[in-house]
Amino acid sequence: MSNAQLVLRQARFENKAFWRNPAAAFFTFAFPLLFLVIFSTLLGGGTSPSPTGEEIESTTYFIPAILSFAVVTACFTNIAIGISFSRDEGILKRLRGTPCPGWVYLAGRVLHAVFVNLILVVIVLIFGQVFYGVDIPLDTVAAFVLTLVLGAGAFCALGLAATCAVPNAEAAPAVVNVMVLPLLFLSGTFIPIGDAPQWIQTFAGLFPIKHFLDAMFESFLPPPDNPSGFVWSSIIVIALWGMAGLIIAVRFFRWAPSK
Amino acid sequence: MAIRAIEVKGLRKTYRKVEAVRGIDLHVEVGEVFALLGPNGAGKTTTVEILEGYRKRDAGEVQVLGTDPETNERSFKERIGIVLQETSVDPFFTVREVIELYGGFYPNPLPVDEAIEIVGLTDKADERIRRLSGGQQRRLDVALGLAGNPELLFLDEPTTGFDPSARRNAWQMVKDLQSLGKTILLTTHYMDEAQMLAGRVAVIARGEIVAEGPPDALGGRDVAGTKISFVLPPGSPSPPPQVAGNFQILGNSWRSETDAALPILHELTGWAVNNNVELRSLQVSQPTLEDVYLALTGGERDGASESQTVADLAGGKSETGRSR
Repeated sequence: MSNAQLVLRQARFENKAFWRNPAAAFFTFAFPLLFLVIFSTLLGGGTSPSPTGEEIESTTYFIPAILSFAVVTACFTNIAIGISFSRDEGILKRLRGTPCPGWVYLAGRVLHAVFVNLILVVIVLIFGQVFYGVDIPLDTVAAFVLTLVLGAGAFCALGLAATCAVPNAEAAPAVVNVMVLPLLFLSGTFIPIGDAPQWIQTFAGLFPIKHFLDAMFESFLPPPDNPSGFVWSSIIVIALWGMAGLIIAVRFFRWAPSK
Repeated sequence: MAIRAIEVKGLRKTYRKVEAVRGIDLHVEVGEVFALLGPNGAGKTTTVEILEGYRKRDAGEVQVLGTDPETNERSFKERIGIVLQETSVDPFFTVREVIELYGGFYPNPLPVDEAIEIVGLTDKADERIRRLSGGQQRRLDVALGLAGNPELLFLDEPTTGFDPSARRNAWQMVKDLQSLGKTILLTTHYMDEAQMLAGRVAVIARGEIVAEGPPDALGGRDVAGTKISFVLPPGSPSPPPQVAGNFQILGNSWRSETDAALPILHELTGWAVNNNVELRSLQVSQPTLEDVYLALTGGERDGASESQTVADLAGGKSETGRSR
């Protein structure tokens, strides 16, 4: 079997195992929807400042915001925690004793995470269309797909890098959430930050989550001066973070549980 | 010239300042079952993990199936099977699926049903792994080690945590594997396991091989002195000097270690019968593998003096009447 076939096969097996744990699968999909409903309800009825400075309906704001949250969860958080557990359980160590190249296995896991992420995106899009009447962007679909795929890849790479900072499985959820939750808030994922102090926006702008949110926003709700919806500056920042994640992962990834 | 399955010379490995492996030499022939015995922390795992390609050595020559495992070539991994402790698989797979998944990494995998049958999991083949018992999961570990139809199988403590009947089954399984022509490197700390399965045994302690050979002859056990001991009831007459001179006396208990057990026993029992003396708890024994192992590894069972005795024994000294 070629390496590409092995990657696909690994992803297929991961997928099989994923659906056999229905509780975990259900909440993977329900969680972002739950957040969408909660935040839309809490802040619904009014308007929120979008990253481009316009006042838009809050229910509209939260579709791209929760989409970015879904990508970060399905890619970064799930990969970082899932791989940390697999490492502690010795799954990675066993794999290292076989002829399967390590990157093939990880690529299979990443491919499956991206696949789950795509289902999640479709669910959120349909949910937003049906319940909040937010239209799926057809004019800017190229910008939307590019942002989505690049973001998914970058957050998976960062998830692999994050496992290097996780000492053991028990610590994984805590360590990973500390990395991601404050940034989700500061980046405006749950509460719009258009009116927040400048330094918060500047600080959040150092990290990829805010850029991903900005790029998602404009590809979803393009402002008049950017009809194509591409936010190249943010796309470049996301790509750089993704590359940094990949370099860290290649350099420091651990296959054996720490003792 | 037949190539050896494993050839190790002068292997060394140091972690920070601790010398875990201090110059090990060993070899394993093709088709042989070789057991590496040793207490935890003796350097057993480090040695095996170097042979498997998991760790890099500091010094020494290592050839496994004619290649250096450190290079971690795919073609090398295709020829070996590794059964580690403390590894698992996704619990939501079935036995059959996970063997199929792992077998797919190899060019000539064992047919899935055959791997399942060798480890005796045929009636659990479609069971999810999370519903298997501990012993069944261990057998699955072995099946995964066999999935690629390896020439050389590493078995790391295959029966730790097994109940006695499960251990018997596992031993039979290893014997069956050997009859299939597999070379097996087994690590264990069960003496009976090594004795039952291995053609040759090496005992590793403090980072060195302290004894090596067939289990029956380990540490000179086969040629070691015979132990004679008995208890002389109070008030009995003393044996004649030509007998007594061979023994050490501690209260009523008499002990000897000798190369000439037969004439001493002959004299002793003849005297006892003639004088109507009862020799209580009369025992004649060779050191067991466990005695030798404990002595070599510095373990204690009946106290330090016993270990000391056997250590001397293992070193080939077997004069009688030593002080204790």
